[in-house]
Amino acid sequence: MNRDDIIINIEHVSKSFGDKKVLDDINLYVKKGEFITFLGPSGCGKTTLLRLIAGFLDADSGTITMEGKDIDGIPPYMRPLNTVFQRYALFPHLDVYDNIAFGLKLNNVPEDEIEARVMKVLKLVSMNDYEDRDVNSLSGGQQQRIAIARAIVNRPKVLLLDEPLAALDLKMRKDMQIELKEMHKKLGITFIYVTHDQEEALTLSDTIVVLNEGRIQQIGTPTDIYNEPQNEFVADFIGESNILNGTMIADKKVSFIGHEFECVDEGFGENVPVDVVVRPEDIYIMNQLKGAQFSGEVKSCIFKGVHYEMTVETDNGFELMIQDYNAFEVGSTVGMFVKPVDIQVMKKACTANVFKGVMTSLNTVEILGCEYECPETPGISKDDEVNVEVDFDKVDLLDNKDDAPQFGNVSFILYKGDRYHLTIVTPEGYHVLADTHDVWDKNDIVGIKILPQDMKITKA
Amino acid sequence: MMKKIFARAYLAFVLFLLYAPIMFIAVFSFTKAKSLGNWTGFTTDLYKSLFSGASAESQNILSALGTTLLIALVASVIATFLGTLAAIGIYYMRGKKKAALQFLNNIPMLNPDIITGVSLFLLFVFLHISQGLVTVILAHVTFCTPYVVLNVMPKLTQMNPNIYEAALDLGATPRQALSKVLVPQLLPGMFSGFVLSFVMSLDDFAVTFFTRGSGGLETLSTFIYADARKGGLTPELKPLMTIIFLVILIVLIIMNIRSSNKNKHL
Amino acid sequence: MKRSSWAIPYSIFLMLFVVLPLVLVAVYAFSDGHGGVTISNLTTFFTDPKIIGSFLVSLEVALENTLICILIGYPVAYILADKKYNKSATTAMLFIAPMAINALMRTMATAEIFNMAGIPLGKGTLIFGMVYDYLPFMIFPIYNVLDKMDKSYVEAAQDLGASPMTAFRKVTLPLSLPGVLSGAMMVFMPTVSTFAVSEILTNNRIMLFGSVINEQFNNLMWNQGAALSFVMLIIIGITMFVGNDSKEEDAGGLVL
Repeated sequence: MNRDDIIINIEHVSKSFGDKKVLDDINLYVKKGEFITFLGPSGCGKTTLLRLIAGFLDADSGTITMEGKDIDGIPPYMRPLNTVFQRYALFPHLDVYDNIAFGLKLNNVPEDEIEARVMKVLKLVSMNDYEDRDVNSLSGGQQQRIAIARAIVNRPKVLLLDEPLAALDLKMRKDMQIELKEMHKKLGITFIYVTHDQEEALTLSDTIVVLNEGRIQQIGTPTDIYNEPQNEFVADFIGESNILNGTMIADKKVSFIGHEFECVDEGFGENVPVDVVVRPEDIYIMNQLKGAQFSGEVKSCIFKGVHYEMTVETDNGFELMIQDYNAFEVGSTVGMFVKPVDIQVMKKACTANVFKGVMTSLNTVEILGCEYECPETPGISKDDEVNVEVDFDKVDLLDNKDDAPQFGNVSFILYKGDRYHLTIVTPEGYHVLADTHDVWDKNDIVGIKILPQDMKITKA
Repeated sequence: MMKKIFARAYLAFVLFLLYAPIMFIAVFSFTKAKSLGNWTGFTTDLYKSLFSGASAESQNILSALGTTLLIALVASVIATFLGTLAAIGIYYMRGKKKAALQFLNNIPMLNPDIITGVSLFLLFVFLHISQGLVTVILAHVTFCTPYVVLNVMPKLTQMNPNIYEAALDLGATPRQALSKVLVPQLLPGMFSGFVLSFVMSLDDFAVTFFTRGSGGLETLSTFIYADARKGGLTPELKPLMTIIFLVILIVLIIMNIRSSNKNKHL
Repeated sequence: MKRSSWAIPYSIFLMLFVVLPLVLVAVYAFSDGHGGVTISNLTTFFTDPKIIGSFLVSLEVALENTLICILIGYPVAYILADKKYNKSATTAMLFIAPMAINALMRTMATAEIFNMAGIPLGKGTLIFGMVYDYLPFMIFPIYNVLDKMDKSYVEAAQDLGASPMTAFRKVTLPLSLPGVLSGAMMVFMPTVSTFAVSEILTNNRIMLFGSVINEQFNNLMWNQGAALSFVMLIIIGITMFVGNDSKEEDAGGLVL
């Protein structure tokens, strides 16, 4: 990678608001002329990252360089970049022309040049003849175009776009996506785009940076991100997918849903627990069992416009989502197979909960900020610092938060074909992972119960 | 950082200016000398004399205070009731009628006090209504109600327009829908309107002055005006001003604590 | 019953206590007190040097008062609305609190301080006292507008190359003008028409227009008093008309 091709480089950047860490050790670079997207759910830190680049916020630690120069401390008005704001922020007291000319006038560009450039940029955003209009009289889509025009007329090296299409309706959004892409080609400048809409990111970007809870989850081209998600979060957030527990038996051989499959992944080791991702459109479904790797029964079938979406219960009792152009009758038996290249194997982040704790007596331990009963373990006495291991399926979730020592908020739910995999966050910020067959909703408050016999205690 | 210190210092300076006169009065309410700035030792004599009603002057002050509070209370209650009903009506009105009523509602707020006072004086003369407590209260309702309307209106526009219908749909009578659904939504606006009305009424001088007639009705404002014409501040007014100032400060602090608690629970 | 009819009682009230009284002001202004119609009451406004003089002085005092209130009040409102400097609504309330204390009481207190300091009562003390009385009325509407203003306007200006000072001049200031305008309305007109406050603060040396109207009514010259009130009404009507033209949305006023 030639260093000259990098326009913005971000190293070890962290940012907190009060106690809340919004960005945690962010490292990435932006290539000259590329269309890069920061993608993630609300609260993932993507807008904060954009505001750090624009200069509206200062990083707590780390450096941001632009063309090799550290831009820390340079105020926003001295930075050679421009922003398209979330709700446009067009100046209501100025008309379209004066809004667009705002930046040029500040830079003392001669009057006739201003006029030429404003007219040219109006044409570029297909808003000719609108220069005398009051900005409040424009529709959302038109305001959007003027906001873009106001930014690009200054010929910035980098254009920042903060969820610019979020306020538009679906049809308008689709049209604007195409226009943005064309504008990017025509202008040849770097676009940094922020969105929570994965489809928008996949359509527009050269590079996608997936963020969650202040950390980068994956950086890659849209194809990379879609076909080879690096973890459960990315697999779940981008597109639709079947995420399943599996075991890597050996190189190029993985077992899941009770069957063995050939795959293309290597280097995990032997008999290692892994997560397996199979996209719904990558499972081939047919009315015969000949040539099938496994069989199942169709449980539901819904027409989605272009394809049918079916839920199939496999011979071993796992539920899979399958998309196909043909409909299969509900109740019928079907055969299925998956090509080795379409199986994406991911390393598991962890295979069981491990909580740090302190023994408060021989059979009680303080974990998750609360006291839990635990088995007496030889060689471990009061005040010892210990690690408590609890399997995912041994964490009991209760309706009533007062029936358990500690409670938490369901923050992430993953369906794994035969069970739900939940991430629960306690008020103190501890993460507890639980497997359950019960259906919970996001943001449900649940009691966290762990039976003493399910704890495995070791000295820390 | 320097900017921050400068900004805070400026705020403190203006606040000091705004509060200085009241502070002076408060300090000198604890000494006996008639003229301000003349400290003749600490005493609570003025407070005792004010509340015992020993002198004729303190009796006059206490009765003026009573009249002021009575007028403010009655006028704000009527204004809150009338204004809330009017706001609901205006909200459901359409077109020219709505615009006309909103315009009329603005007039008493835009009119200087003296115009309101003079015009109502002429009205009562014209209708041969003898002026006194009732005319003063009517006059106060006139300039208070617009503020109630103005404070209730935003609550109506923020409200989901279907909740009244929803209540009826669920079997509430129009009366129940009003008391159980509409009013609770409007309550914060009604409360602000009531407080503003009460304060405006306490503060008023000109309108009271023109509509009180010649029956010797005195409010605090007219009493102070008469005092000023005589060329001096009745000493017992100093403790009264101090107490009023403290009451207002305490009310503000309580309101703020309550609203910040509310924010925490959100 | 239609809910729009709930405004009927107030409509009647407004007709009786707002419209009719204003009509009466006009009627008295154009009558000679013996059933005849005359414009002499109005012409005295221009011919009587005492009246026109006090009117001009009132305008001057009101103008000075309004300007000083803007100069002192704008920075206060700006600092209060800026989250960098002030995070609590309590501080803003402190600036509004003096409005809750009886105006005559505050005026009396100010006058007493001038007496104590040995400063002779006159125009200087009048302006000072007026500023003191009306400053909160200027701060409040400006604060309201600034507080509600979308912060991304300033960010957008800075993003386009404006320094903080320029961003203020080109964006914040013009966008806050409706607040300044409604503050000016709340200060200017009441200043012109005040009477008790000016009498206390100048020891009757300076007669503002309100005092003149009061004097006419005190001397039972109702028709002349009504005529002067009528002049004020016309002026208010004109300022409203001009003000309404330039202001597009409600700039806040007294809504808690």
